[in-house]
Amino acid sequence: MTTDHAPLIQMKNIEKHFGSVIALAGVSLEIYPGECHCLLGDNGAGKSTFIKTMSGVHKPTRGEILFEGKPMHFEDPRDAISAGIATVYQDLAMIPLMSVSRNFFMGNEPEKRFGPFKLFDHDYANRVTMEEMRSMGIALRGPDQAVGTLSGGERQTVAIARAVHFGAKVLILDEPTSALGVRQTANVLATIDKVRKQGIAVVFITHNVRHAMAVGDRFTVLNRGKTLGTAQRGQITPDELQDLMAGGQEMVALEGSLGGTV
Amino acid sequence: MSNTAEIPASDERIKQTPAWRKALIRPELGGICGTIIVFVLFAIFAGDSGMFNSQGILNWSVVSAQFMIIAVGACLLMIAGEFDLSVGSMIGFAGMMIAIFSITLGWPVWQAILITFALCTAIGALNGFIVVRTGLPSFIVTLAFLFILRGFTIYLPQLIERKTIIGGIDKAAEGDWLAALFGGKILSGLFIWLGDAGLISVFERGNRAGEPVVDGIPMLIVWALALVAFGHFVLTRTKFGNWIFAAGGDAQAARYVGVPVNRVKILMFMFTAFCACVFATCQVMEFGSAGADRGLLKEFEAIIAVVIGGALLTGGYGSVIGAALGALIFGVVQQGLFFANVESSLFRVFLGVILLFAVVLNTYIRRMITGER
Repeated sequence: MTTDHAPLIQMKNIEKHFGSVIALAGVSLEIYPGECHCLLGDNGAGKSTFIKTMSGVHKPTRGEILFEGKPMHFEDPRDAISAGIATVYQDLAMIPLMSVSRNFFMGNEPEKRFGPFKLFDHDYANRVTMEEMRSMGIALRGPDQAVGTLSGGERQTVAIARAVHFGAKVLILDEPTSALGVRQTANVLATIDKVRKQGIAVVFITHNVRHAMAVGDRFTVLNRGKTLGTAQRGQITPDELQDLMAGGQEMVALEGSLGGTV
Repeated sequence: MSNTAEIPASDERIKQTPAWRKALIRPELGGICGTIIVFVLFAIFAGDSGMFNSQGILNWSVVSAQFMIIAVGACLLMIAGEFDLSVGSMIGFAGMMIAIFSITLGWPVWQAILITFALCTAIGALNGFIVVRTGLPSFIVTLAFLFILRGFTIYLPQLIERKTIIGGIDKAAEGDWLAALFGGKILSGLFIWLGDAGLISVFERGNRAGEPVVDGIPMLIVWALALVAFGHFVLTRTKFGNWIFAAGGDAQAARYVGVPVNRVKILMFMFTAFCACVFATCQVMEFGSAGADRGLLKEFEAIIAVVIGGALLTGGYGSVIGAALGALIFGVVQQGLFFANVESSLFRVFLGVILLFAVVLNTYIRRMITGER
C-alpha cells in the first residue's frame, strides 16, 4: 500500500454534536484510492456517526470534508452518492421481497422509451444483474429470484456489486461481516479485496480485529468520539489493535508502533 | 466488472424452475384460484337463475367494478407500505361535496366535480403528509380522518339543507360533459345491434319494447378497467413502480439508495383519495343524489379485496391484477348469493372466511419467495 498519491477523501477535525452529546470530538482521517481503510472501535465509539457524516446522512457540527481536494457539503445521502461515495449498511442493504434485479437497480432504474411512456427496462436490468452477479461469484437461479432467498453474505455482495456498478469511488461498508458465518465472511472479505484492486477506496467498519487484519491496509481506531491513531499494515499486531479498541489503556506503550500518524 | 457490454442471456447454472412452482410464486395466485372456484360454484348453483344472462352479468360487473375502483388505490398504497381507513368516509364526503357545490351553490356540475377531486386529493395528500412527517402508523392517522370526514359529511348537509340526502343532481348533470364521463354509458350501438340480432334479451312490451335490456356499458366499469390497467402498468413497468415496492419493502433501505420514499407515499395516499372520488362521482351520477351514509365500510372491503389479491399487509408485495380479481370475487359472490337465493347476510360470513384463507395463503407464498422457514 502506497500513500504517495493524493487522498480521495480528507476528513479534517470533524465534530458532531447531538444536543449536549458530543458524538465526535475532532476526528481526522484520510482515505486513498485502492486502499482498504479499517475503522475500528467499540460500540458507542462514534464509528456510525462518523461514516454517516461521510455519507451525507449527518452534517458535521464543525470540521471540513475534502473530496478529491475540494470542500464538500453534502445535504443528503443522494449528494454523496452522486459524488461517488456509496454506503452499504449491514441489514438495510437490500429489500428481501423484491427480486435481485429490482434491488440492484433500485433508485437507479434504467429506462427505455415506449411511445409516450418511459418504461423500466427489465431486459437490460436482468442482463446486467446476471452479469454482475456472475463476476462476483454468485450463481442466481434467475434475475427475478427474490433477495430473501440469498444468504446474508450474498446480500452484502450484491449491495457491494451494485455500488461499484454505479460508479462508487469510495465504498463504505458498515459492519458487513458482523452477522455472518465463517464462510460467508470469507466471501465478503474476498469481495472487498476484489473491489480494492479496481482502485476503489474501501472504508471497512468492524469491531472484529481478525476481519480487519485480513483485508485492511490501514487501521484507524475510534474511541469516545476521538481517533486513537492510524496504523499501517504490518506496524501493528492484532493484540495491540484489540487493546486500542478496548479503551486505549495501552496507548502510551503503543505510540511508537503507531508510527507518529496520530 | 462494471462493464455493461452485451453478454449471453442464458446461464447454464440457472436451474430450471418447474413451471407449476413458478406459477405458484406470484401474488395473483389466490385471486386466480378464488375466481375460478367462485365462477364454477355459481355456475352450478345459480346457473339457471339469470346470473349469466346480459342483465345478470351487468349486475355483478357493476358491483365488482365498484370494488375494483377503490381496490386499485388501496392496493398501490398497501404495497407502498401504508393503509387508508378513510376511503369509505372519503366516498361519502366526496359525493356530498359534489352535491353541495352543484345543488346548494348552483355551480355547473363539471366545476363541482373538478373542485371535489382537487379537495379530496388534497386531503389524501394531507393524510400522507401527516403519516410521513410524524412517523405515526397510517392506521391511526387515517382512522382519525375516517371520523373527521364522516362527521363533516353528516354535519354539512344538515347545516345547509336541513337533511342528510341531497338529490336532484341527475337533473343538474343533464348535458354536462364531465358528468357524462362518470354517469354515461358506452357502446350503446353495439348493444342495440346485439339485441336486434337476438343475442341478448330485449324489452318485450312497454314503451321501450325492442330495445335491449342492457343498453350499454356503464362508465363505472370503464373507469374500473382503466384504473386497473393504469395501476398494473405503473407498478410493473415503470421506475415509479419499483419505488412503490421499495418504499413498502423497506423504507430506510430505499432512502439510502436515493428513492424519494416520502413523495412516493404521499402520492399513493393522493391516488387512493382520487380512486375514492371516482367511486363517489360515479355513484352520485347513478343515484342522482348524495347521502351522508354512503361508502360505509368500503375501506375494509377495499383492503380485503387487496389481501385476497395477494398483497401483504406489511407492504412491499402485491399485485393490482390480484386486487382486481379480489374485487371480482367480491362482486360475484355478493350478487351471486342473491341469485342463488341464499340469505344475503351470509355474504359477511363468506368475507371473513375468505379473508382468513387469503392471509394464510399469502403468508405461505411469502415464505416460499423469501426462503424464510
